Amino acid sequence: MIRLATPILPTSAWSPALKRRFATGAAALDAELAGGLALGHLHEIYAAEEEDSVSAAGFAAALALRIGTLRTDGGAGTTLWLRTRKSAQATGAVYGPGLAEMGGDPAHLLFVLAEDDKALLRAGVDAVRCEAVTAVVIECRGAVPAIDLTVSRRLSLAAQKSGVTLFLLRTDATPTASAAETRWQVAAAPSTALPANAPGHATFDIELLRRRSGPSGMRWRLEWNRDQKAFADAALSGAILPVPVRRPLADTERAAGASETGKRAA
Amino acid sequence: MDAQAKTLGLQVGGALADARALHPDLSVLDMDENADTAWLMQLTRACVRYSPLVAPEPPDSIIIDISGAVHPYENEEQMLMEITEHMTRIGMTSCTNISNTPDAAVAFAKYGKRQNIRCLPVSALNINAESIAGLQRAGLKHIGDMAARPASAIAARFGMGTLTKLQQILGEAPRPILPLVHDKPLMFERRFAEPVGHHQVVSDTLLALLEQAAREMAERHVGGRSFRLTLYRSDGQKRTLAIATGAPTRDPALVARLFDERIDTLSDPIDPGFGFDSISLDIPAYDPLSPVQVAFDSDADIKDQIALRDLIDRLSTRLGAGAVRCLMPGDSHIPEQAQLALPAAQVHPPRPWPKPPAEEPAMRPFFLLDPPQKVEVIAEVPDGPPHRFRWRRKLHEVRLYEGPERIAAEWWRKAGGESAGKGGLTRDYYRIEDARGRRYWIFRHGLYEEKRSPLWYLHGLFA
Repeated sequence: MIRLATPILPTSAWSPALKRRFATGAAALDAELAGGLALGHLHEIYAAEEEDSVSAAGFAAALALRIGTLRTDGGAGTTLWLRTRKSAQATGAVYGPGLAEMGGDPAHLLFVLAEDDKALLRAGVDAVRCEAVTAVVIECRGAVPAIDLTVSRRLSLAAQKSGVTLFLLRTDATPTASAAETRWQVAAAPSTALPANAPGHATFDIELLRRRSGPSGMRWRLEWNRDQKAFADAALSGAILPVPVRRPLADTERAAGASETGKRAA
Repeated sequence: MDAQAKTLGLQVGGALADARALHPDLSVLDMDENADTAWLMQLTRACVRYSPLVAPEPPDSIIIDISGAVHPYENEEQMLMEITEHMTRIGMTSCTNISNTPDAAVAFAKYGKRQNIRCLPVSALNINAESIAGLQRAGLKHIGDMAARPASAIAARFGMGTLTKLQQILGEAPRPILPLVHDKPLMFERRFAEPVGHHQVVSDTLLALLEQAAREMAERHVGGRSFRLTLYRSDGQKRTLAIATGAPTRDPALVARLFDERIDTLSDPIDPGFGFDSISLDIPAYDPLSPVQVAFDSDADIKDQIALRDLIDRLSTRLGAGAVRCLMPGDSHIPEQAQLALPAAQVHPPRPWPKPPAEEPAMRPFFLLDPPQKVEVIAEVPDGPPHRFRWRRKLHEVRLYEGPERIAAEWWRKAGGESAGKGGLTRDYYRIEDARGRRYWIFRHGLYEEKRSPLWYLHGLFA
């Protein structure tokens, strides 16, 4: 029998080689994670302190931008950012020009503003199920009892089914049991000063708190390169990175303070 | 030519130079045929209030078929008065007439009421000037003169067109009018023999109505933008549910899903009581939607767009129309006005965002506080950068800073703003990093020459 119609293979906008993981660009981190963070999974990002909310949000946005660079068709894909009014009151609105300064295109970002956490999570599940979305960021503030193991498993399964990468951004919260692939803690880090003592590029102190398969507890200091849309190991004079496992945070502060006084004296 | 010009003795068809020679201060406007036609169409549409059958008769007439449409008025004269009054109110001079044939009505309106149609001049026939001149030369001054001649003679000499016109004005030949076509409203209804209260029946009926609507819309090549479902309860109460979609759609499953979302968000659930008598669906707003085929995987991009629209519609329906927003660049250098958060459910033309220069750190914050929050600042010199500041009762030591980036107020928005000190306060922005590495965007509201003790505000947070 002659078949007239040839089967049409689905052409995905994603290059197949990169289907599993996406590299952050920082060599040490990517090596540790065997190529980067898993695509189509749930990743939790915790702000170390309440005031690190912006850094944690920036880290999530940067990771979403990284995923966008994987598209082979030139488009960046749409990222959905879901938040509650509580978050908007605490840290203000995401600023389009600021996102453009991070290397993103604000036109590819959609915001969902939910009244409460329950509506937020419900909208989050719907967003993750939509395959047309590149990444979803769900921003929760404070203790959210609604996020229990069941909910996080549901989010994780939805992400695995649709292939959408989900970042659960938790600020002002303590980690709870979850089905996340990785769990990160993000804090702001002193940037490498530019000429004339100007603040430099966005720098993050990140710690891998938990991983489903493999050791955790590593720390890195990463700098976001806006032009290449990639992370890089932050070049800090005198600092040895990665910092030893479970090193207290106060140490880094003291180091930062010391470098500051050194600079002043000089 | 208006009424005043007519009293001056001017005539339609006369040369403009002659008219100007008679009256040098004549005001002359060019004729805009398109505008005239558009206005006539608009007037015609407005006349639908008198009868459903109205037809424009270019260049300057409207034919209204009032058969069976007079009953709202006392008599036909009353109706005519009403129409004339309405036309006068909107600034039009009108002549009206009611006759048995459309052509006769137009002719009487233009040439004045006569005893008989046969008394009208031949120019009332609405035929070309050549034929009219020919008729007059042959001694046929009135329509009655022509009607007295055998039809074959008129057809032989002046053409079939003239004869047809004559027969039409006399009512001997049919004279159809081309009435405006009204779009039938998209409204669908199911009535039940006895009240239904079961949820399944209601949702099945809704789906059936949506399918019927989809077929109707597919024929018209339109898609609905908003849908309204009305449930009529047997005890006389009615409940209306409305949804709106971002893009025109006629997919029954999608609309049914949106209605489900709407029902879920209701604060008081739908109570069927003793059941619903009838269910109606109407589509008050619709847009053109040409049929598309999205069956093949080849165009993944279109499929993605449809899926995304679907998601936006669903979330907008559930969380409120403004809950899903997209960012558009604002046309202002004032930071809080440089972006607009618009509802994503509406379609906005894409506008590019300005690209930041390479190898520069972020000059604008990731989060913008709106309104800016007050901070207490200690600066080394009054005009200098902050040395340390207190925000939310916490003290921050400034490690690195850059600035000031001076952003002037939009002085052109204020009366007298161009003179110094009157256009609003200038802001001096500093990018600041504290000892812990957190980056802030702080500004001093007002220069020292503008204000004695300017206040400091935190406007944004950098990642």
